[in-house]
Amino acid sequence: MDAATEQFPPSHGHEAHEPHGSHKAAHHDPGFWRGYIFSSDHKVIGIQYGMTALLFLLFGFFLMILMRWQIAHPGEPVPFLGPLLEKILGQPAAGGVISPELYNSFGAMHGTIMVFLGIVPLAFAAFGNYVVPLMIGAPDMAFPRVNMASYQAYFLGGVVMLVSFFIPGGAAQAGWTSYSPLATSIPTHGQLFWIIGMVLLITSSLLGAVNFIATIIQLRAPGMTWMRLPFFVWAQLVTAFILLLAFPPLEAAAIMQMMDNVAHTSFFLPTGLAVGGKLAGVSGGGSPLLWQHLFWFLGHPEVYVLILPAMGIVCEILATNTRKPIWGYKSLVYSVLAIGFLSFIVWAHHMYLTGMGTEISAFFQATTMIISIPSVIILTCLLISLWGASIRINTPMLFSLAFLPMFGIGGLTGLPLGFNASDVYLHDTYYVIAHFHYVVAPGTLFALFAGIYHWFPKITGRKMNEFWGRAHFWGSFIFMNLVFMPMFEQGIKGMLRRMANGGANYSAAVVPGAIDTLPGSIMQLHTWILWAAVALGIAQIPFIVNFFWSIRHGEKVGDNPWQATTLEWQAPTPPPHGNFAVPPRIYRGPYEYSVPGHDSDFTPQNEPEIAAPAMPKAPIPVH
Amino acid sequence: MEIPYTVEVRPDTGIYNAKLGIWLFLASEVMLFGGLFSAYVLLRVGAEPGTWPHGWQNVALGTTNTIVLALSAITTLLAWVSCKVGQFGRFKFFHACTLLLAATFLCIKVVEYHEHLNNYEIYLTNGQIADGQMVENDPKHDYLIITGREVTDESALIDLRSQKYARETTFQIPRSEIKVMQNYGPWHNDYLALYFTLTGLHALHILAGSIVIGYLWGPGRKLWKTDPARFTNRVEVSGLFWHFVDLIWIFLFPVLYLT
Ligand code: HEM
Ligand SMILES: [Cu+2]
Repeated sequence: MDAATEQFPPSHGHEAHEPHGSHKAAHHDPGFWRGYIFSSDHKVIGIQYGMTALLFLLFGFFLMILMRWQIAHPGEPVPFLGPLLEKILGQPAAGGVISPELYNSFGAMHGTIMVFLGIVPLAFAAFGNYVVPLMIGAPDMAFPRVNMASYQAYFLGGVVMLVSFFIPGGAAQAGWTSYSPLATSIPTHGQLFWIIGMVLLITSSLLGAVNFIATIIQLRAPGMTWMRLPFFVWAQLVTAFILLLAFPPLEAAAIMQMMDNVAHTSFFLPTGLAVGGKLAGVSGGGSPLLWQHLFWFLGHPEVYVLILPAMGIVCEILATNTRKPIWGYKSLVYSVLAIGFLSFIVWAHHMYLTGMGTEISAFFQATTMIISIPSVIILTCLLISLWGASIRINTPMLFSLAFLPMFGIGGLTGLPLGFNASDVYLHDTYYVIAHFHYVVAPGTLFALFAGIYHWFPKITGRKMNEFWGRAHFWGSFIFMNLVFMPMFEQGIKGMLRRMANGGANYSAAVVPGAIDTLPGSIMQLHTWILWAAVALGIAQIPFIVNFFWSIRHGEKVGDNPWQATTLEWQAPTPPPHGNFAVPPRIYRGPYEYSVPGHDSDFTPQNEPEIAAPAMPKAPIPVH
Repeated sequence: MEIPYTVEVRPDTGIYNAKLGIWLFLASEVMLFGGLFSAYVLLRVGAEPGTWPHGWQNVALGTTNTIVLALSAITTLLAWVSCKVGQFGRFKFFHACTLLLAATFLCIKVVEYHEHLNNYEIYLTNGQIADGQMVENDPKHDYLIITGREVTDESALIDLRSQKYARETTFQIPRSEIKVMQNYGPWHNDYLALYFTLTGLHALHILAGSIVIGYLWGPGRKLWKTDPARFTNRVEVSGLFWHFVDLIWIFLFPVLYLT
């Protein structure tokens, strides 16, 4: 490999003669099944992950719209979709009305689908698969067949989750957190399906995590030292470690909950448990807190799985469009490592109200405050990177710029939740819902949209339409805020989450005279949120149309339309099997934009040093 | 471009891909069993005083299984060394031993499970508790036969360490005198729930490891002819997994059998 790199031309042309050692498979057509369905090529798998995850996101969005209808209009049949729902789901949607049980199913599955089948597969698996090997100059992932198995396990997990809607009793109803003993007491096998689905998803992310770490450690091209890795790769590396180490305890918990379900053990069921006013007849001795600890031991690191890849994407796009090196690259790297480590010791800030004791609460309160420091450092570095730049505004950049304040709002509103005293009031209210949606929806999801617009030209050779991209951005930006901002207000006024009727039974209209009821103005917000959410859905139509239209009809572009420095843009478009025409060698850091004395305002990572000893010294051109 | 370092070692990391992969995988396995062990600690510490069982296991069988796995660790290592020095015949012999030992382990496990599942605790209408192995439970008869003993209080069944040699007899129990009856399955109490879950998951790992080793020993050995270096790596990687599974047992044995 080394010998071949020496002849790598300093230009970015790729029509160069076929290098020796290039993969033979690039020459013959693998056919439809091997090429698109059972492919082990990281790019195809990345696209498979991406498309599947986008479909799940859309599905989760529809579940949410149905729930919002039910919250705003409790007991009224869903317009248009009601009869269809009844036809598909039968009794739980009798008369086109979403029953409280069905609401609970939708709630639990909305959370599960969005987190485990939507955002994580898109942020980590799809972008990671497509971009990481290209960025580090690797021909593929370290274990291509394991990679394929990872996607298949994910797909199967998704199918199991979907099937659970149609079994008698319906899908899981105990929230995406599946707290025991509630989860074991609801009379539906949906919970069992949930557990089996989760075990498949955990297997999938485990295989993916091993693969990513091994790829990044082993397959970096010559010259790609650790401090020359693009920040996105660092973010993915840390994410992979979190997935590798945080998911197994949830798997352990899932196995135990399955035993509780199937073998009637009492891991999470306390002595004397009564369900529906009757003794449950279990052997007892179990601990409901145990489930919560094991769940949140995954659950909190999981939120960093949701956010770190997004930060990585935003960082790449900011660097490209500010035409200037990222400010504080090393601080970013050390911060992301610190977050990865600290994310394992903050989990019980989700459990302040469980009575686990003030010392334990104090400990987790302290660690929670500490972990916000590296998060703020990352945000600050990204903000300062904008300083003094001549910013190029395009759709990916708009989404990335919006990410910064949106994540800022989400992160800052996390602080009152991290303090034990204020969380006692805010816990399980809509404030929490608003908090984490700000980080995940206008935060992570915006970054993912940015990534799609940004890397689309590499995948298809065409740009997405800029006008409709901006329409998508502004619609999403406005309506996203209109959906989530009012929830802070509702939460602060005391509205609890997970109520099928949107808290009507606590409203001043229903129980006049009672103290601390929810005023009409707060209940009114439900209607606003509903229509803002519908508008948010409509704002996605330009995206969907643009996406498919641009695959065929978008503006044709070359290998490096954004004039970016990182390696994926130096590969042919779309990259062939094996990725690079010539094995690349890396000579410089990831963000060499506007380097003084260089004749273009970007210097690709694989461009050799001008002062290479073999070359005669040429006078530096003056602009 | 071929994927580099599938067989040879990357100079700056000192490792080939699959070996790194298996170490990472084992790290996640540590967390998986770590989650279960932490459940063990929490439930045991949180149990009402005097309710945590002791001496419920057949220590002789457990010790045998510990030795069986320790031996299999040695044969696994020797199988890899044989590949390293190019003695394929020895590799086949040693891994045949590994597979036999794995099968022995699983058979003993089945015997142990059977002992538990066939052990019944029967609350009688006269307030006594009968406890023992079911000998006959024929629905046609209005009695059943067990080999064991009768006690007056449940607490006498919790700590069996001092009662190893308590006298056991075989006796009939009329069905009409039975109030409740339950065997010692995972549903019986938290200790058995942990026992079955932990050892069951461990046994699944043994099974999975045996399948991999069986594959390398059987159909997979063709690779030795074409690419001995790669084959040796596979033996090494599967061996690492096997040693990890053995190690888990080294923790399980004292935690479940001896304390
Ligand atoms: C950096 C500052 C952050 C702090 C201090 C913080 C703190 C908290 C706390 C204390 C809770 C528990 C609230 C309760 O249930 O009473 C919480 C909930 C949550 N946070 Fe954050 N958070 C931060 C950032 C994030 C990020 C970056 C994400 C995800 C990308 C996130 C996602 C979530 C989620 C999903 C929940 C709700 C889980 C549930 O109960 O269903 N948070 N946060
Ligand atoms: Cu958290």
